[in-house]
Amino acid sequence: MADSATSQTSSDQHDRLRGSAIIAAVKASGVGFVVSVPDITTSEGLLRPLASDPALTLVRICKEDEGVAICLGLAYCGKRALLLIQNTGFLDSINALRGIAVEYGEPICLMVGLLGRDRDRLPSQSRRLGIRIVEPILDAMGIDHHLIESDADVALIQPAIEAAYARSRPLALLIGQIPEAA
Amino acid sequence: MDRDRCFEALARHVDCEIVVSAYQGAFAWLRIHPRELNCYSVGAMGLASSLGFGLALGRPDKRVIVLDGDGSLLMNLGSLVSIAAAAPRNFVHFVCENGVYESNGKHPIPGRGTVDFAGLARAAGYRHCHAFSDLAEFEAEIGSVLRGEGPVFVDLKIESGATQSVDYEYIYSRRLRDTFREALRRS
Repeated sequence: MADSATSQTSSDQHDRLRGSAIIAAVKASGVGFVVSVPDITTSEGLLRPLASDPALTLVRICKEDEGVAICLGLAYCGKRALLLIQNTGFLDSINALRGIAVEYGEPICLMVGLLGRDRDRLPSQSRRLGIRIVEPILDAMGIDHHLIESDADVALIQPAIEAAYARSRPLALLIGQIPEAA
Repeated sequence: MDRDRCFEALARHVDCEIVVSAYQGAFAWLRIHPRELNCYSVGAMGLASSLGFGLALGRPDKRVIVLDGDGSLLMNLGSLVSIAAAAPRNFVHFVCENGVYESNGKHPIPGRGTVDFAGLARAAGYRHCHAFSDLAEFEAEIGSVLRGEGPVFVDLKIESGATQSVDYEYIYSRRLRDTFREALRRS
């Protein structure tokens, strides 16, 4: 039974991505503000529960590059924030990220839903251009990034956010599958 | 109106507030009222309003004054709606409307002379919206305008300024940002 349970847990960790686990990791990282444009990938598993979480302030914005500057303002105040967007919004925010996150060297932390990511291949090998170019662009800009596609990957979130603030560097957490709402 | 005269009038009312300024307005404000609680938004055009919004959220105990440009605001009109939706009471948003992209060859902005910036802010949901084209009137009213409950919007109709010396390396420097960050932490 023990082996079976272990096996089941291991299997779950590789297959599941629970939104509640991601939110717990974000909160454990000291993030108090979530700045967001909705993304269907993270809509139910992340944004909707975040919106009703009394421990977090959700700032709804019209366009993703606004969020880069809002997160900078919060960082100046010593407040930690997460910019929750879609890969298309990331692509739309490149200049803001260039100027504020990279050249300023500020801890702008992105959580990016990869819309329509192919589950059978790595994002960098996606059939979709908008997915395929995300990691190469992050690499070109020198932005640290991690792929979060299972519960096992969620353990990466808190150390990555802590490191971003400790080193004053931007960070991108790429959400590789639709997080479960439970 | 002349931007420098407007900023001089504003400076007489600025004490412990955070001031976020953008591009040509930033160089003018730096020259007229250099102080540690100035924050210069020159990293990416259009984002001064959003930077000020973030500061207003992070420090609700302090009034935040944004000195935006008209070309800059047009690049980030959605920020009017985002800001109005959150309705930070400590947020005052000026736009220096000179009708041109002053940092980029003084070409006219789209809608020059027809777009109503205060009207846009009012429609977005700002609590108080003002427009000034007369310096004496601005000088007489700026004190009460600044005391209004935010978000407050102020359209300053100014002439395109004379070419001023600009030092992007200095205004973009980490030293200046760290000075602001430390001053904010202390205040």
